[in-house]
Amino acid sequence: MINTRLKVAFSAMLAATALTALPAHAGKTLDAIKAKGQIVCGVNTGLAGFSQADAAGNWTGIDADTCKAIAAAVLGDATKIKWVPLNAQQRFAALQSGEIDILARNTTFSLTRDASLGLHQTAVTYYDGQGFMVTAKSKIKDAKQLKGQTVCVQSGTTTEKNLTDFSKANGLGIKPVVFEKVEAATGAYFAGRCIAYTTDASGLASVRNKEAKVPDDHVILPQLISKEPLGPMVRRGDDEWFAIVKWVIYGLLESEEYGITQANVDQMKTSQDPVVQRILGTTEDTGKLLGLDKEWMARALKSVGNYGEMFERNVGPKSPLKLPRGANNQWNKGGLMYAYPVR
Amino acid sequence: MAETIIFQSLPARPAPTKTEGLVPWAKANLFANWQSTVTTFVVGGLLLYFIPQFLNWAVLTATTVPNADACRAPGVGACWGVITEKYRLIIFGRYPLEEQWRPLVATLLLLALLVASCTRAFWNKWLLVLWAVVVAIFFALMYGNVLGLSKVTTDRWGGLPLTIMLSSMSMVMAFPLAIAVALGRRSKLPAIRTFCTIYVELIRGVPLISVLFMASFMFPLFMPQGVTIDVLIRVFAGLTLFAAAYMAEVIRGGLQAMPKGQAEAAASLGLSYWQTQGRIILPQALALVVPSIVNNFIGLFKDTSLVGIVSLYELTGSLGLALNGDADWRPFKLEGYVFITFIYFAFCFAMSRYSLWIEKQVNKSKLR
Amino acid sequence: MAEAKVAPRTPPSKRDWSWRSQAFRGLIYQILAVLLIGSAVWWLAHNTSENMRIRGIKSGFDFLAAPAGFDIGESLFPFDSNNPYWKAFLIGITNTLRVAIVGIILTTILGTLLGVGRFSRNGLVRGLCQTYVEFFRNVPVLLQLLMWYLLFTELLPDIADAKHFGGFFLSKGGLSFPDPVWATGHLWAVGGLAVGAVLTWAYRRWARRSFEATGRLRSMFWVPVAIVLAAGVVGWLIGGAPSEFNFPKKGEFAVEGGGSLTPEFMAVLLGLTLYTSSFVAEVVRSGISSVARGQGEAAQALGLSKGQEMQKVLLPQALRVIIPPVTSQFLNLTKNSSLAVAIGYPDVVSIANTALNQTGRAVECIALIMLVYLVTSLSTSIFMGWYNAKSAIQER
Repeated sequence: MINTRLKVAFSAMLAATALTALPAHAGKTLDAIKAKGQIVCGVNTGLAGFSQADAAGNWTGIDADTCKAIAAAVLGDATKIKWVPLNAQQRFAALQSGEIDILARNTTFSLTRDASLGLHQTAVTYYDGQGFMVTAKSKIKDAKQLKGQTVCVQSGTTTEKNLTDFSKANGLGIKPVVFEKVEAATGAYFAGRCIAYTTDASGLASVRNKEAKVPDDHVILPQLISKEPLGPMVRRGDDEWFAIVKWVIYGLLESEEYGITQANVDQMKTSQDPVVQRILGTTEDTGKLLGLDKEWMARALKSVGNYGEMFERNVGPKSPLKLPRGANNQWNKGGLMYAYPVR
Repeated sequence: MAETIIFQSLPARPAPTKTEGLVPWAKANLFANWQSTVTTFVVGGLLLYFIPQFLNWAVLTATTVPNADACRAPGVGACWGVITEKYRLIIFGRYPLEEQWRPLVATLLLLALLVASCTRAFWNKWLLVLWAVVVAIFFALMYGNVLGLSKVTTDRWGGLPLTIMLSSMSMVMAFPLAIAVALGRRSKLPAIRTFCTIYVELIRGVPLISVLFMASFMFPLFMPQGVTIDVLIRVFAGLTLFAAAYMAEVIRGGLQAMPKGQAEAAASLGLSYWQTQGRIILPQALALVVPSIVNNFIGLFKDTSLVGIVSLYELTGSLGLALNGDADWRPFKLEGYVFITFIYFAFCFAMSRYSLWIEKQVNKSKLR
Repeated sequence: MAEAKVAPRTPPSKRDWSWRSQAFRGLIYQILAVLLIGSAVWWLAHNTSENMRIRGIKSGFDFLAAPAGFDIGESLFPFDSNNPYWKAFLIGITNTLRVAIVGIILTTILGTLLGVGRFSRNGLVRGLCQTYVEFFRNVPVLLQLLMWYLLFTELLPDIADAKHFGGFFLSKGGLSFPDPVWATGHLWAVGGLAVGAVLTWAYRRWARRSFEATGRLRSMFWVPVAIVLAAGVVGWLIGGAPSEFNFPKKGEFAVEGGGSLTPEFMAVLLGLTLYTSSFVAEVVRSGISSVARGQGEAAQALGLSKGQEMQKVLLPQALRVIIPPVTSQFLNLTKNSSLAVAIGYPDVVSIANTALNQTGRAVECIALIMLVYLVTSLSTSIFMGWYNAKSAIQER
């Protein structure tokens, strides 16, 4: 029957697609990346400071920079990245299925996600917490004043659950208005549908400073209702790739600690500090253990700078987001950033 | 004594009331009786109240200056400046600005092909070849990477070209599948009939959005390790499967309308099953259902607006893309919606007129 | 003279294992089809389970019993974040049904009016109905929903200064209205209505008999309505006439108390109703015009008014043509209610989406969505099939 013939044709088509598609064997992510010459990086569809594309398609932000650093370390070229913008619902499926190699999309690490999604959480690139934004006009000063009020929130995030926990713990009976897309949620908040908008504090700053007509009309309430360690995730089943992603991030962090910057990488190669020598691969070949070459960290630093520079450029006080360094400072400066030593 | 009959001419009858012209029309249609007169005054009054207000907003006090502050000035109605400022982003999505002639040319080609496909003179097998050629050119233009065109990955495609491409191509892909399923549902073989029935009822029983979710979230899990398929192709597959189920029912309706004598005559001529279907039944049945197929296409065209929910930026999605992140222009989203409403309406209305026209053509042959 | 016998060429029997046997070929085709589809399904299922196993993705429907952990903005019955997922799904389903059922009722009314309006004697009404139909059915329903929601959230007054009329408040937070406080007296009223319904049934039976016996026509509409209402009022009075209302009042930031309709619900309802009625209107119009012309003329010859002609002659006959396509429009409305997810109404798709993200069970959650709609679709078409059979012409 034509039906069966069609099925044959269809299977043949599927097979053909399978042949032309890029092979990416689990456990051999690095080989596959080297073979195809690019890293496929899953990012946010647009969150200023974390991952956002300009009109020319150039991506900026902490998450985007993390991908660039990894591309520089692995492939020697920070531009060899295929960007895949994902919404909250798609992100895990995209990583699970192998559509992307790394998910750098302001994603919170948590037990459920670690244990049930088949993904590994690498290293934290931003310590965040969930907050609320209200209009200045409403004169709300404290999140507990939100009793019985409507709060706009995006679905498919830990935010929704935190909001419920907070509302419950304080007996507030907050009414969530849940939107599929972040643009719809912020749009409804700005239109006045909800008293407050809730998401990670960094996200609030991004929305307030980039999307509000007059940022001063909106107030971010001081209290944070949750812990949100954000960082990139990779698929389970490939420990080498997991290690590379983790150590590039630690390398960026430790470089800041030892004062290696984008500008002074080449001078620092002559440094006598053994830690710096190890990071830049002048004495020990740290890259070899990861399956990379000596220069891996030097290239990463040349492309995006150390973690401190990434922070300053994308979200720091001089950027449009104007976020304080706070918990994201180095451990020896009162922050939480404590990189495992590159040694 | 003979009675004299005197013939008297009767007075002339009054001339028949004039039935043509404005006044008689108004008399018959607006003031036929008191109910009608009251209705006319109420409805007419409402129209006279609202239409000038709308025109005032949309035309008289509207501004087309692409300046958000000019739009905020007091007394200004519709702010069409949002369109003059953002129309390229709305129509072409995130396609690189300097390369936008490519989707424009590609879409015009596709539209020309669609118009050709609606013209009877082109209904022959060369149309298939033409489709293959145009689709190839379309993708070459859009994707690039050939003939010195720069490569534009599918995640940057968007706007009206994407809407037209998704609807027309998934319709064309669905066509052979729909014919197969329609024949299968009328087949004498129980296994094949069951499969086709299950397929059609399953797809028609669920909303398109769940099919799109499946294509977007679940499809990657169905594929073997390491095989990834572009989200655009997955959505294509979803739309095609969806459209095919609906079209199969339409075609089945056409097949059912064929008198039994046709198949019997073919059988008595010794034609095989495929000859009977291919040369006798299908050509007649398909001609009968062309208007319904066009209506299906209108539905699919409107339904493509849903792919925005799985983050492909077709026309509706690209409007959000253009306005949501821009604090200056976000307040004028209504004008943006009106603009794309007009685009959708223009396409769908034209097609529905075509469907009516072709229905008349089909019926003409029946009247003979 | 020997009779020349020509053996007729018998068609090959079913057991004939030859390509000439149609039955045999059919069998082979079917086996091939089963094998192909079976292996395709197996291949997909195998890939999925393999993918899940390798990556350690949990699967199964056991999560339905676990606490959901999220709140739902609006629900018909109370929901707490400690309640299990299956209850969250149930809330989603009731929300979907709420929009669908109210929408279907409103659509039926509006669609019939618009369809009948196409036959009005008044040219303005005819033109208006046609314009409405042409406009609303040629614009995507998603776009209409988004537009209504935008209008609600942009044009209505701010939550803080809600517009106040009577006991009602209208703002971006929605429409708040006085909500009767539930008391046992209301139960009596409901009981009264039930008694009224029984009385009505008895009255109509008696009226029909008396019509057949005497030819006297009794009111078949206003009297039954009066009976039901009176019985309800009597029940309410017996129950002690509870008249306490929970009035909404202005709180510090927003309107509090009373019943409320959210703008999401209103936008979904309005959008779906306006869109679907344009299709229903078209179905009603073509149904009426399919009634033979002589029927209308005969009605006029009997001296029926235009309204009577429509009500008693044309519509009842058109109904048979109208019902099947209108059923599919109702199903479309139900399916389109899934678009509510785009504007934040917590329907079943929205709840499933949240659950999908909290648990990562994509396959299970999407399967649940499909199951809900399939069951709704199938049961609606079964009911409509029954009704259709009932209203079909009784051929003797």
